[in-house]
Amino acid sequence: MKATNVLMAGFGGQGMLLAGKVLAQAAMAKGLQVSWLPSYGPEMRGGTANVIVCISKDPIASPLVSRPDALLAMNLPSLDRFEKSVVPGGTIVVNGTLIARESSRADCRVVRVDTRALAQAAGNERAVNFVMLGAYVGATGVLPAETVEEAIADEFREGKEKHIESNVAAFRVGLEEGRRAAFASEVHA
Amino acid sequence: MSKVLMKGNEALGEAAIRAGCVHFFGYPITPQTEIPEYLCKRLPEVGGVFLQAESEVAAIHMVYGAAGAGVRCMTSSSSPGISLMAEGMSYIAACELPCVVINMMRAGPGLGGILPAQSDYFQATRGHGHGDYQCIVLAPASVQEAVDLMTLAFDLAEKYRNPVMVCADGMIGQMMEPVEFRTEGRGPPMAENDWALTGCEGRPRRIVNSLHLAPEQNFACNVRLKEKYDRAAREEVRFEVYGDERPDLLVVAFGTMARISKSAIDDLRREGRRVGLFRPITLNPWPYARCRAAMDAMPVGAKVLDVEMSMGQMIYDVKLAAEGTRAIEFFGKAGGLVPSPDEVAERIRALLP
Repeated sequence: MKATNVLMAGFGGQGMLLAGKVLAQAAMAKGLQVSWLPSYGPEMRGGTANVIVCISKDPIASPLVSRPDALLAMNLPSLDRFEKSVVPGGTIVVNGTLIARESSRADCRVVRVDTRALAQAAGNERAVNFVMLGAYVGATGVLPAETVEEAIADEFREGKEKHIESNVAAFRVGLEEGRRAAFASEVHA
Repeated sequence: MSKVLMKGNEALGEAAIRAGCVHFFGYPITPQTEIPEYLCKRLPEVGGVFLQAESEVAAIHMVYGAAGAGVRCMTSSSSPGISLMAEGMSYIAACELPCVVINMMRAGPGLGGILPAQSDYFQATRGHGHGDYQCIVLAPASVQEAVDLMTLAFDLAEKYRNPVMVCADGMIGQMMEPVEFRTEGRGPPMAENDWALTGCEGRPRRIVNSLHLAPEQNFACNVRLKEKYDRAAREEVRFEVYGDERPDLLVVAFGTMARISKSAIDDLRREGRRVGLFRPITLNPWPYARCRAAMDAMPVGAKVLDVEMSMGQMIYDVKLAAEGTRAIEFFGKAGGLVPSPDEVAERIRALLP
């Protein structure tokens, strides 16, 4: 695979750091090199939080990335701040529930997802992070979906098994949305 | 053994346990608190002692006592906390006791901020506390290297009976990477020795003391320490070279900044530029001769760029290595700002012929 760097950003509490960890675990399970670099600072729930996940078959040089291949923006401040940094031809997943405007990047594949509605449909309205992750995996095929699903399940072991089903379900509805968007953009291209 | 995805701080805690560390004394401070947090759970599981002291000053003096009793021990902190430990570290070095101190550097001076920095380079490499002593200083650039260097840190501390500092920055502490613990189970206890205070029944008593009122006696201590540091300079120098062997520009950087520079160098080499990296892994002893050899391999007029997350501290060692034979340029940011690969690449590009 080609090396991929993903920037996942949102409000603290929206679960982007966890979604990033699951992505890193899944890539690791595939024998790839990974790094997971969180923004850390005097932040709290409701503040901004982001994480850069690097995935590569070669050793990762800088875990800090200037131009990510993909951006998962959970809120408007994240889209405003990071949209310009995405490489041309990259992927931008926009949380349509909280972001009213369209992405200004015509040279990127933009996937818009109503995370709240989809998470509710999947039976877990808090699982918006895995809806986003699903949309990203569906749109890019960065990793096999089953590998990511296994990583989600691994995250909810040791007494938290009851959360596995709904979080995997949230990932799957996101996955379908991402695949549909990728297919649509290929048809138009 | 298989790899696990771990946060740098937690991986350092586990690495300490596997190196046979049995006593930890510390005080919480961001961005290293996951180290004591991890050890307070793990150390009792292996029959060790975790103790949260009332301050960093107390913590380092508890390390002093435990080291004097001949147990493998450590502390960890971040920049302002490390400053508080300066006095104790001077005493530990003077008494020739082994211990490991982790500094997960954050921005300064003063209380500064909690974001990553490399601004404690002078403090780490120039003795830190008062008197004529030095610490051996190891600077990891990844979580895996941090784990590997922890084992080395305890080995060197006992080989030289001297404090060893593992100097990383908040980024390495906070990031997660896959790690492999190369040692199964726990390391052996500290070897039998003739200095630890273990109770003198049936043997002559031993004394751990740093007070030498007779100048000749104190000077003998100074000379003994100097001989140790000279020996470490001969035997313990570690470094990495990366990129072109005869580059038109050589970057010198350590820790996180070396890693970020590697990405910049990769980008430039893809453009056909000849760029190399020299990364000291031991910040003290510093690899002067090997850095000089890397400089000497460069074409006439080729420049050296020192890159740091500080206002320029290691640059003085780079200049010592060059001895005036090369122009040494500097690029750095501090205060918790981390230069990006693009910023480093831009600076390199501006200096290339």
